[in-house]
Amino acid sequence: MKDFIEHALSVARSKSARYADIRIIDRREQVVSVKNGNVDGIGDQDSQGFGVRVLVNDSWGFASSAYLSKAEIERVTALAVQIANASATVPGDRVDLGEPVSTTGTYTTPIEVDPFSISLEDKLDLLFRADAIMRRNAGVRVTESNTLAVRIHKFFANTEGAFLDQVIYECGGAIAATAVNDAEVQIRSYPNSFRYQGTGGWEYVTGADFIGNSERVAEEAVKLLFADVCPTTTTSLILGSSQLALQIHESCGHPTELDRVFGTEAALAGRSFLTTDKRNNLQYGSGIVNLTADSVRSTGLGTFGWDDEGIPASSTPLVKDGRFVGYLMSRETASKLGETSNGCMRAENWNRIPLIRMTNVSLEPGTWELEDLIADTDDGIFMETNRSWSIDDLRLNFQFGTEIGYEIRNGKRGRMLKNCTYAGITPEFWNSCDAITNAKHWTLWGTPNCGKGEPMQTMGTGHGASPARFRNVKVGIFQ
Amino acid sequence: MNFREIADLVMHESRATETEVLALEQDEDLTRFANNCIHQNVNERNIQITVRSVIGTKVGIAVSNDPRPDSLRALTARAFEVARLQPDNPEFKGLPEAQTLERVAAFDTSVAECSPEDRAKRAGVICRRAAAASCSAAGSLTTSALSIGVANSKGVFAEHRSTLADLSTVIMGDNSSGWAQRTGWRLDSLEPEPLADEALYKVRLGKDPVDFAAGDYPVILDPYATADILEMLAFDGMGALAVQEGRSWMNGRIGQRIMAESVSIIDDGLSTQSIPWPFDFEGVSKKVLPIVASGVAMTPVYDSFTASREEGKLSTGHATPPSPQGRFGPAPMNLFLRPGSATLDDMIRSTKLGLYITRFWYTRTVHPRDAVVTGMTRDGTFVVRDGEIAHAVKSLRFTQSYVEALKNTEAIGSTPVLLRSALGGATSVPALKSGQFRFTSSTR
Repeated sequence: MKDFIEHALSVARSKSARYADIRIIDRREQVVSVKNGNVDGIGDQDSQGFGVRVLVNDSWGFASSAYLSKAEIERVTALAVQIANASATVPGDRVDLGEPVSTTGTYTTPIEVDPFSISLEDKLDLLFRADAIMRRNAGVRVTESNTLAVRIHKFFANTEGAFLDQVIYECGGAIAATAVNDAEVQIRSYPNSFRYQGTGGWEYVTGADFIGNSERVAEEAVKLLFADVCPTTTTSLILGSSQLALQIHESCGHPTELDRVFGTEAALAGRSFLTTDKRNNLQYGSGIVNLTADSVRSTGLGTFGWDDEGIPASSTPLVKDGRFVGYLMSRETASKLGETSNGCMRAENWNRIPLIRMTNVSLEPGTWELEDLIADTDDGIFMETNRSWSIDDLRLNFQFGTEIGYEIRNGKRGRMLKNCTYAGITPEFWNSCDAITNAKHWTLWGTPNCGKGEPMQTMGTGHGASPARFRNVKVGIFQ
Repeated sequence: MNFREIADLVMHESRATETEVLALEQDEDLTRFANNCIHQNVNERNIQITVRSVIGTKVGIAVSNDPRPDSLRALTARAFEVARLQPDNPEFKGLPEAQTLERVAAFDTSVAECSPEDRAKRAGVICRRAAAASCSAAGSLTTSALSIGVANSKGVFAEHRSTLADLSTVIMGDNSSGWAQRTGWRLDSLEPEPLADEALYKVRLGKDPVDFAAGDYPVILDPYATADILEMLAFDGMGALAVQEGRSWMNGRIGQRIMAESVSIIDDGLSTQSIPWPFDFEGVSKKVLPIVASGVAMTPVYDSFTASREEGKLSTGHATPPSPQGRFGPAPMNLFLRPGSATLDDMIRSTKLGLYITRFWYTRTVHPRDAVVTGMTRDGTFVVRDGEIAHAVKSLRFTQSYVEALKNTEAIGSTPVLLRSALGGATSVPALKSGQFRFTSSTR
């Protein structure tokens, strides 16, 4: 492998690249899914190949191929240089990557049980048992469950001397029941609307207790058909931790991506309201709001040894005591601020360039017990488990829907509510946060389906949160 | 190896009762620009080979991007092993039989061989026009050559080559922006100058937007926004799987007039006015399929699995690629909204108070059975008052049933635009006026 890598870098140097890196990746994914008592999908998906990124003067080029051979490496590297030279005909600013990166080492996700060592029979058995329990409820129309295992073996090297060898394991899964009547569809899922995924081994799946939650999930799906509709009002909102995790992803994670701030994602994902003049000046949230980006927390989907520019995993405050203080950065964007990268460049696979992506962007826990928080709320709604999500291109105006909600009256959780939605404006919403529950209620969730870039890249990100309360929130949109 | 060799090897190696191999080979280039310069510029050469192995009613799938003979043998064996160990699935009735397939020309050498220099030249036109207007352009130009091959042990053998070219740009001024996009399989369908001019027109028109109260208004939609309506309706319920599971807007509405009489939606995978695919990912031939005819919901699209669940149904040629992740279900990839006779000016002149919208953004389903969708307007939202565009307003959030929006259709434009679809094909749509659309909030 080292020969291939050195050859690519040598070809890039010989063609006047002032910087080049190569990633060679072997990715294996195994999915087992069951639907309505039958196997819906099962099997392995393998992908291997390499990508070469070059910087010629101040212009970038990238080429990639599934065919790993010396001749193909020469073709691809030469093509990357040709592409970079073409980029130079529509030039931009000087590219400064900051200090050279010459990290070396190996990293493997700590796992207890290799998910590929579990037989497909055993995986099917788990899902069939959960499925059978959900189907015992005659009101359920569709039952679904799945497990997923991913292993990514990635070599990274650059012309500055970096050479890294990482093996990342991811695991996840879900169960869901859908109930249908003449007018509507209601779904309940567990643990988190098909977003339960993290770095780890098979223990990540077994720790979720699909079997123990199957009956409840089915019951709640059916009960939702008969539940009252979420009222249209302005009230106190308590978000469950998985819904809050997605709120963080959309309204904090994305706007702190520095490439969005500098306009390089304007055509697709959009820009950001968190422009550089707001750093250290904007009161993003209330004083109890502390948001952190890290790539070191165990089981996070944004946890690794080094990012795809060879920057070591780290932890960075984004919002401290409510004040906006930090960005997610690459080498190139960090140097524009006179800083060094905090290691957020990540590529979906060998055939994509790294982009600034969230690592694990989390809301740090507060001090409240959940029971005390509910008891302290005279009038409000508790919402949990995401069902729909939408936010504008500056990451200001958002609207979310959840699978389920509960009315809170006089400090007590009351009737079930369906079709729950809430909407707001990001800084107003986070400044209305007046209570966050403590570490006992904090969970590091995954968002495995974050889309960004052209060609589109899907990335897994992590988000930790514990339930929190927000005041004066509009709920019940379009009822 | 060419596809014939791949298919022969897989069929020869397979021990299954039925076997299918699907190969998608792609050579794609994408030049991306922002801040009036090219900042990302990439190429990918890849192949994805999917083997579906059937033992009785058990189905195993394995996917790889390694076409070497040893890897193909291992892939075939793996799909067989996956099928072997699972229980029977009585719902699976077998792979499709061979059919006579039409051939459709959809390959433009000038797209397949488009050089990085040529792409840069086209991107540069937009960047320079934006810079000359003291604006900032961002966008992308994709040129892609794709080969698809499907073969199965029941005699299906289908091959097709196509190209795809897509150019889009958002041009930004001080406090406004404009969008323009075109898609085609020919390179000459993408001319950067008119696209830049279209986006710059919206930048100028959109200057100094003001707040506007949320509420119900008539809307005039550019084709970009109309395309979102069709694609979300497709995503949320034009497939038979969604209907069979009771989660489609077509449930309980088939045979009923649910949209305005002027609304006819077809899927046509054979039309060279789209990005044609003469067969689906199971090798079943495409045809013209009316999904909504004169406002009446006609039928969802089927693949062989969903067709076999209903008496007398045949696949309509809309299978999506088999995946270990489970069935996405059939989907239309070449939607057409039948053009009307109105011009954009007609629609504006006929509006006393309404909104003219460039495109929708980040749309997501809120209530699937009624196709209620929320999203934002983007890159140009304008108040129309007394038959004229009065001024720009800040982007608005809507929460609206797309079925109801088409029920309230008052006019459809005469000039369709072809746009790349998130479902993998392309959508042909003109502008459209709907008499009522619900806006639920505005942004800052």
